[in-house]
Amino acid sequence: MSQNVPLLEMKNIRKDFFGNQVLTDINLTLQEGEVLGLVGENGAGKSTLMKILFGMNVIQETGGYDGTILLDGQPVDFKTPFEALAAGIGMVHQEFSLIPGFTATENILLNREPKKKSVISAVFGERLDVLNRKEMNRKAEAAIDRMGVKIDGTMVIHDMPVGHKQFTEIARELSKDQLKLLILDEPTAVLTEKEAEALLLSIRSMASRGIAVIFITHRLQEILDVCDKVVVMRDGQIVQDVPAKETGVTEITRWMVGRSVDVAGKAEIRDNPDAPVAMSIRRLWVDMPGETVRDVSLDVREGEILGIGGLAGQGKLGIPNGIMGLYDAGGEVMLRGEKIPLNRPRACLNASMAFVSEDRRGVGLLLDETLEWNIAFPAMQIHDKFLKNYLGGLVKWRDEKAIHDITQRYIDDLAIKCTSSKQKAKELSGGNQQKVCLAKAFALEPGFLFVSEPTRGIDVGAKALVLDALRKFNRESGVTIVMISSELEELRQVCDRIAIVSGGRVAGILPATKPAEEFGLLMVSQVK
Amino acid sequence: MKEKLSSFVASFGLPRLIISAFLLALFILAPIVGVDLPMQITNVINRFSWNAVLVLAMVPMVHSGCGLNFGLPLGIISGLLGATLSLEFGFTGPMSFVMAALISTPFALILGSGYGWLLNKIKGGEMMIATYVGFSSVSFMCMMWLLLPYHKADMVWGLAGKGLRTTISLEGYYDKVLSRFLQINIGKISIPVGALLLFALLATAMWAFLHTKTGTAMTAVGSNPVFAKAAGIHVDRIRMLSVVMSTWLAAIGILVYEQGFGFIQLYMAPFYMALPAVSAILIGGATVNKATIMNVILGTFLFQGIVTMTPTVMNSVIHTDMSEVVRVIASQGMILYALTRKTEVTR
Repeated sequence: MSQNVPLLEMKNIRKDFFGNQVLTDINLTLQEGEVLGLVGENGAGKSTLMKILFGMNVIQETGGYDGTILLDGQPVDFKTPFEALAAGIGMVHQEFSLIPGFTATENILLNREPKKKSVISAVFGERLDVLNRKEMNRKAEAAIDRMGVKIDGTMVIHDMPVGHKQFTEIARELSKDQLKLLILDEPTAVLTEKEAEALLLSIRSMASRGIAVIFITHRLQEILDVCDKVVVMRDGQIVQDVPAKETGVTEITRWMVGRSVDVAGKAEIRDNPDAPVAMSIRRLWVDMPGETVRDVSLDVREGEILGIGGLAGQGKLGIPNGIMGLYDAGGEVMLRGEKIPLNRPRACLNASMAFVSEDRRGVGLLLDETLEWNIAFPAMQIHDKFLKNYLGGLVKWRDEKAIHDITQRYIDDLAIKCTSSKQKAKELSGGNQQKVCLAKAFALEPGFLFVSEPTRGIDVGAKALVLDALRKFNRESGVTIVMISSELEELRQVCDRIAIVSGGRVAGILPATKPAEEFGLLMVSQVK
Repeated sequence: MKEKLSSFVASFGLPRLIISAFLLALFILAPIVGVDLPMQITNVINRFSWNAVLVLAMVPMVHSGCGLNFGLPLGIISGLLGATLSLEFGFTGPMSFVMAALISTPFALILGSGYGWLLNKIKGGEMMIATYVGFSSVSFMCMMWLLLPYHKADMVWGLAGKGLRTTISLEGYYDKVLSRFLQINIGKISIPVGALLLFALLATAMWAFLHTKTGTAMTAVGSNPVFAKAAGIHVDRIRMLSVVMSTWLAAIGILVYEQGFGFIQLYMAPFYMALPAVSAILIGGATVNKATIMNVILGTFLFQGIVTMTPTVMNSVIHTDMSEVVRVIASQGMILYALTRKTEVTR
């Protein structure tokens, strides 16, 4: 094949999820034997793009995509992953899809095993053919060799170190004769440094055999080491497409986090080192699956908005969830000189702390109940608000009118779009649900507020309203707010100081006025 | 008009509409095929008054997210212990009913707490476990009824002089104490006002409870336990409370049932008592996670109406005894229907 017809060409790819634009005009070309590094913050659209390429069902279910994909110059439109596989595209996901009780060889060739005829199968049909073990071993061996690393084909997956499992997955893709393009989605995330090095070598050796590779990772150095070109995505767009030789980690980081919004709200940011400490966190660990906090020590100053940022899975979400007692935690947390007992949600709430969870539907809302219930419930239970007392406080009766009034007030204040305060929470859009969650926390009249991912999955307009509401709450009521977000730009708009969490530890705390690339460097500093 | 109609159907629920229409048809059909209508109406009202409290017992556990109380027999056993002990201690007349209720209360509290503790250990599988808690407690009590040292002559087996009989007549004790209290007779129709009043009292208390702070917490726990936990609610404690309430209501419910029926039924009798109560509340429009007092009233009326009327009318039409078959189809079918609706809850 000549070099002028690229192996893969994506033209003007667009995709929206229910009106929420996640990919805009993506153009991408990839030559045979080329290694492409795809980087971007969480939510930049990397995985959506790969899902489109691989024909994942979720794309079809949400209305398909616009634009064309050319493979070897032929337009293709994969409806299912099977079609993509047949066309020579392989994908290795972050999570393993291997059968633990089978050997590497068996996993590599699962359902594609070479077979032998026997008397029984001659009578009863090919489903009773016998596996050709010798041929299987040879094929698996060949696939492993193509990778350029040594793993034992007879070892049971269950007994393997994580790295070898990852190699087995890759070998499975390589064993397919038609493979032309391999997508690796953060393959090094679970590997040790040694294993990662071996993987990078094997990527190069695959490339030299003519297989094109799309390599997604958060470890930028790996990209520079192994890739021919780097594609940087941000907010659903490709912002840079350059040869890897011509760039560096700092530059990539800057592209990743972007500089466009630097102006917004700068004047309001206050950094007051003399303010007393509102909350001091010492040696906090939290056992939250996927967001483990290992050792966090942090001081939150009175009256500030402290941002906590970092890449997904590095532990930033674990901090509020652990302190508020939703996941097992240990360490020491002091709020204004008083020790806060961990693992007891009630104690935190009694200490006038409040938490807006990142898991709106799971933790944040009573989906089947009215807005009134959602907003008034915690304040009713914790501070005995919206209750009428009868028989000397023996009977605490729900005060429907007070509940209605407070709900109506927040509906007006936060511009919650709903038919009435009696509407069920599940009927609201994501942005409005988020406002209900905020109203719930505001109704508690907290002295200290944790807000976790307040803008996740909501559109730009609602985002601005939510952030404004938070800022207003902080500036007007003087409430100290800790805001956790994956979006650095958003933190830089709203917060006074930003702590970056990486590898379950605080990598550094900087004033929000610092340039984006400094935060970017902190983000990847301790990625494990 | 059409919109109004469809919104009414949506709020009332199609299954309930069909069942109501069917019941209405039975009432219309009854005099035509020669069934004594006033007597049947009396029957339906009476059966309603016997069963309503048992159905009401479903409400607290549904609200707290423990699902339908298939372990109702446990509460019934508390009631039976109260009833037999009250008789054994020599109470008679209305006093025996009051004492039965009082004595069964501590049993209901103790058994209910144990049951609640168990259900807190197996969140997610409550209804399955509850069924077997009910079944095994009935079997256990089958032994105990024989072994416990009861001596009262009109309760124990005549020849052996020990071990309780399967059926104990309540004549002279609390047979119809509630039904006869303030009873109204209009022509051939008689209304058991006392029993209805007691139900109204308990139902009002339940309605009021659900409007208090704790009651609100109970509903929230059922709606989303993680939300409740994040709002500082002790989820396990609220669930425990709901189970105890349900068990106690079951104990009172069986006493009300006995006073109307006129007999205490022991041994295997409580075995199947949960199913009619479960079906009734489901027919009334409750789901596994939502139940109102209205669901209880409507459901008990519809269910008891169907199981009283269908066999009589059908027997008169085809002259074969179909009562048990119809009862089983109606009650089990309704449970099946409701359990398939379980996924309706939004998470």
